[in-house]
Amino acid sequence: MTISVKPQQIGEPLFYLADEHPHPEGWSTSLGFWIYLMSDCLIFAILFATYGVLGANYAAGPAPKDLFDLKLVAINTSMLLMSSITYGFAMLTMQQNRIAQTQMWLTITGLFGLAFIGIELTEFAHMIHEGATPQRSAFLSSFFTLVGTHGLHVSFGLVWLVTLMVQVWRFGLIEANQRRLMCLSMFWHFLDVVWIGVFTFVYLMGMLR
Amino acid sequence: MSRLKILALLPLAVALSGCNFIVLAPAGDIAAQQRDLVIISTVLMLLIVVPVMVLTAVFAWRYRQSNTAARYEPEWDHSTKLELVIWSAPLLIIVCLGALTWMGTHLLDPYRSLGRIAAERPVDKGRAPLEVDVVALDWKWLFIYPDYGIATVNELAAPVDRPINFRITASTVMNSFYIPALAGQIYAMPGMETKLHAVVNHAGTYKGFSANYSGAGFSGMHFAFHGLDDKNFDDWVARAKSTGGSLGRGEYLQLEKPSQNEPVRRYGNVDVDLYRAILNMCVEAGKMCMSEMMAIDAKGGLGHEGLNNTLPLAYDKYARRGTALGPEPAFVVGTCTPDAPQGQTTAAIKAPLDAAPLTGAGLKRPTFAPLKSSTSFFLGQRPKSDS
Amino acid sequence: MPSPDLIKLIFGRLTLESLPLHEPIVVGTFAVVATGGLALFGALTYFRLWGYLWREWFTTVDHKRIGIMYMILGIVMLLRGFADAIMMRAQQAIAFGGSEGYLNAHHYDQIFTAHGVIMIFFVAMPLVTGLMNYVVPLQIGARDVSFPFLNNFSFWMTVGGAVLVMASLFIGEFARTGWLAYPPLSNIGYSPDVGVDYYIWGLQVAGVGTTLSGINLICTIVKLRAPGMTMMRMPVFTWTSLCTNVLIVASFPVLTVVLALLSLDRYVGTNFFTNDFGGSPMMYVNLIWIWGHPEVYILVLPAFGIFSEVTSTFSGKRLFGYTSMVYATVVITILSYLVWLHHFFTMGSGASVNSFFGITTMIISIPTGAKMFNWLFTMYRGRIRFELPMMWTIAFMLTFVVGGMTGVLLAVPPADFVLHNSLFLVAHFHNVIIGGVLFGLFAGMGYWFPKAFGFRLEPFWGKVSFWCWVSGFFFAFMPLYVLGLMGVTRRLRVFDDASLQIWFIIAGFGAFLILLGIGAFLVQIAVSVLRREQLRDVTGDPWNARTLEWATSSPPPDYNFAFTPVVHDNDAWWDMKRRGYQRPLTGFKPIHMPQNTGTGIILAGLSTAMAFGLIWYMWLLAAVSFIALLVVAIGHTFNYHRDFDIPADQVVRTEDARTNLLAGAK
Repeated sequence: MTISVKPQQIGEPLFYLADEHPHPEGWSTSLGFWIYLMSDCLIFAILFATYGVLGANYAAGPAPKDLFDLKLVAINTSMLLMSSITYGFAMLTMQQNRIAQTQMWLTITGLFGLAFIGIELTEFAHMIHEGATPQRSAFLSSFFTLVGTHGLHVSFGLVWLVTLMVQVWRFGLIEANQRRLMCLSMFWHFLDVVWIGVFTFVYLMGMLR
Repeated sequence: MSRLKILALLPLAVALSGCNFIVLAPAGDIAAQQRDLVIISTVLMLLIVVPVMVLTAVFAWRYRQSNTAARYEPEWDHSTKLELVIWSAPLLIIVCLGALTWMGTHLLDPYRSLGRIAAERPVDKGRAPLEVDVVALDWKWLFIYPDYGIATVNELAAPVDRPINFRITASTVMNSFYIPALAGQIYAMPGMETKLHAVVNHAGTYKGFSANYSGAGFSGMHFAFHGLDDKNFDDWVARAKSTGGSLGRGEYLQLEKPSQNEPVRRYGNVDVDLYRAILNMCVEAGKMCMSEMMAIDAKGGLGHEGLNNTLPLAYDKYARRGTALGPEPAFVVGTCTPDAPQGQTTAAIKAPLDAAPLTGAGLKRPTFAPLKSSTSFFLGQRPKSDS
Repeated sequence: MPSPDLIKLIFGRLTLESLPLHEPIVVGTFAVVATGGLALFGALTYFRLWGYLWREWFTTVDHKRIGIMYMILGIVMLLRGFADAIMMRAQQAIAFGGSEGYLNAHHYDQIFTAHGVIMIFFVAMPLVTGLMNYVVPLQIGARDVSFPFLNNFSFWMTVGGAVLVMASLFIGEFARTGWLAYPPLSNIGYSPDVGVDYYIWGLQVAGVGTTLSGINLICTIVKLRAPGMTMMRMPVFTWTSLCTNVLIVASFPVLTVVLALLSLDRYVGTNFFTNDFGGSPMMYVNLIWIWGHPEVYILVLPAFGIFSEVTSTFSGKRLFGYTSMVYATVVITILSYLVWLHHFFTMGSGASVNSFFGITTMIISIPTGAKMFNWLFTMYRGRIRFELPMMWTIAFMLTFVVGGMTGVLLAVPPADFVLHNSLFLVAHFHNVIIGGVLFGLFAGMGYWFPKAFGFRLEPFWGKVSFWCWVSGFFFAFMPLYVLGLMGVTRRLRVFDDASLQIWFIIAGFGAFLILLGIGAFLVQIAVSVLRREQLRDVTGDPWNARTLEWATSSPPPDYNFAFTPVVHDNDAWWDMKRRGYQRPLTGFKPIHMPQNTGTGIILAGLSTAMAFGLIWYMWLLAAVSFIALLVVAIGHTFNYHRDFDIPADQVVRTEDARTNLLAGAK
């Protein structure tokens, strides 16, 4: 609300707004979405903490350096980082109201995301095939859960991305859709940041251990 | 302090004579010191609680609506002086209580060896403490006396005025080992060891039980604790020696199966390595001991080879059961035989006693022992890697 | 005959044997509940109320109606939770000297678990959330919450969780683990039945609702305050609500994760909290209390807010020390995250860790003590009217200090070693939860009831309820303090020592008094509804109160305020009254409002169905509900038209009606 009120209007105080404008639609959305992201961040924080506590309990099984293929993970990381950049381009074109370009960048983002999920699933399948299942040790339980939760978030982001692309295609870059793209953008970059944590804390430090 | 104690107890004693306030009138020095802390803290807090209660009643009465004689100041809402008082009065009490807490917690740390057996009575250095290994089973207590080679179920005895060192673990779920007359409680957790140091000062029979709900048979999970003089204790040991059977791994696996309201049992002969195996969850043949597993993990696991060292679990205390979506339950196979775990026995892996214990409350300002290296910050004590 | 595989796919592990037909108590309860349910269903159908309920209540996005529905949920669940309580008291009062009592372990262990879970999650939480939902937007001069649809969805998720917990009474069983379900006991090896799964999914479904509702209320308070209401002019109840919701958002995700990890252990055999394979049950205990301790303050902070409003209103006086009250609240909020370990000093963390957490716990008592003094000095030099809300407040002040004192006592680790898990502990937390939270909720309900319904609660039955509750509380819990000092532990089903029995009988008598108190409370509501014309308040300000919610009519119109108020003072309404505020009679404009939607209840219903499928291993049901959930959620995002305008002439009609009422009252 843009109206400014002087606190001490002695004499004839103003006790109500005779001429007011309702809050614009989505007035609280970005704050609300931020708070949601922070609660999600807490979920990851606990999963990281769990990994930190249990991550060295191999139960006489394999350790990170026996299992991780750092090259593959590095490629995977670059997929996600690239997708964040392309999402950035999508947002830039969105602000210029260029629907086709926005859709193109969103598609590229989605493909990068898909590639990320694909590579992650390949990694998981390989480990499980070897016998390094989540049930083998507390380390593997917490590894699969932390990385898998991130993967689930990305998958959910992909479903959301497709939904938004359909909505942009049908209704154009209207204000509501712009706001939604903005929220997804925050979500996507947030997952990127979390992944950097995963890459450093789980993979890089795991190889050093 | 003792006068305070009596004063605080007086009204209770009058009103409730005939009741057995074991927490307020214990038979062991540790529990007695804990009782003292309960009473001192209560008295300290009453210093502020009583005035608040009185003021509440007084203000509520004095400033009732019908009493128009009382002052009415509807706009009075601030007074820096009062604010200072209302923040600093609780603060002062908490500062005192905090200091008391810090000292008391360290002095009465259940992991600390005793410095005295009662007020003004230091520990007799020539007399070794009584070692007791405690296992919480479903739903009974197993006590192993490694120095005497005996074990009992649901009955514990100790000589008066001789320090007792308990090492405590559990077989399946969490319990809490508590003898109110002797000392405060501590959790008994599977695969982990907690410790308790205590002494009983008066002969008698006291109640002990699990203070942490552990399943269907929880209510019946209690035992008698006998504080005996030396001769009676020797008789008690001799009786267990003569009447009891033997407790080896096989008998233990039978014993640990869930059962309720177990009668007292005695074993005159106990496998010397049994407690270590229970603590490390490797009583079953072929199962890898926790200590071994932790040692392997500390060196970085067993690599890909370690993926194949599990076997389906053939025996479970209740029934063989798994999860809905996961694989069948399994266990990690040991790499050395359970009967001769690298040639070690319980006696060889006993932790050394703290040679310089503190002397006790009220004697002199204690210097605090550093955290034991095996104490992880939030998670308490893990078993020592002793294989 | 269909193949066994198909039956398994559809019914999972639900068989006829899962129904507790062999438990006469449960069958009897079912008969009563079913009869009552059928009668209610029949009545609603006969009076053709389903359409009305659906359009006006179930699908509503109005924060006031959602608030009222939360309160109804809380009160209904209070009856269930209390039934559990009185059964426990009865069992413990008779199971002496060889008597097994009337409950076997299988039944008794479910009862004490269900009692704790229900009272915290489905009584205290809905009542607290309901009051915040109802009052906060009104207090800050807003038209609704930030996300009205989300509000409706959150409510129905809470109901979904409650439905699951209630279903466990008749279909299968509830957890037998204690209310926090510590592993290894709650893991699949020792609790293979559906009980713990009901626990997990009931809390997960309700937890989603709670978290979203927390986000919603934070946004509401931060973004929708009336012009002029700076943070330091917010009513104290709004402040405590803000802090509570911050606590909710910052702690419920922890519960979500810890329960998710437990369910992974139970469903796919991971090793987070197992004994073997490197799992650590202690991790669970830490994590659940990192949620669990803030949860205590989630409940009690709003109660503190209520007491602040009530004390200042009924003393006819500004709140003493507003600023220190606000800072005390914020300090409590932050400190509540630094004390979780005091719930398990006995785990053996070592003396330095234990004393750190013990001392942080004691530090919380400083701001709490300051609050207590602030209320005291609000009464000082006031004109105290002993209406029911004020009586509850005085009872709170006298009761809560005892609970606070025993709480600080339990924060001294060596003292905790002798009192942990004893009935002393049970007495302590009932002392703070009943004496703090519940008395606060009763004060709040009595205080804001006339706002919500336009008539006051009948005082006679209210006083009966008050005295039964207060005396019942002391009879029920003082003996437990005594028993705790005798070294009696909690959750025992049978006792050997006959000398203890008298104390349990006194406690049982106390529970009986509380039963009368609950009965009198229900009678009070019924009598109030019947005599609503005598109790009617047309002014909208029956207590001569101070904050903005009393500036509008009772019950408030859908849009709360015809014109958004402008705030100049902490006690905005008091300030308006003092300076001769004239209610605007003309110039009304159309008001933009959110539209009702059925999506919330549908999504919550599908979530509950999915949870039920997962509990019983009905994979087909779970998968179908999950897909339906996705489809409905995505479908909902294609609806861009979620608002409408209340036309100006309708606002004029509503406001004119109030003008006439006010004129008639003079």
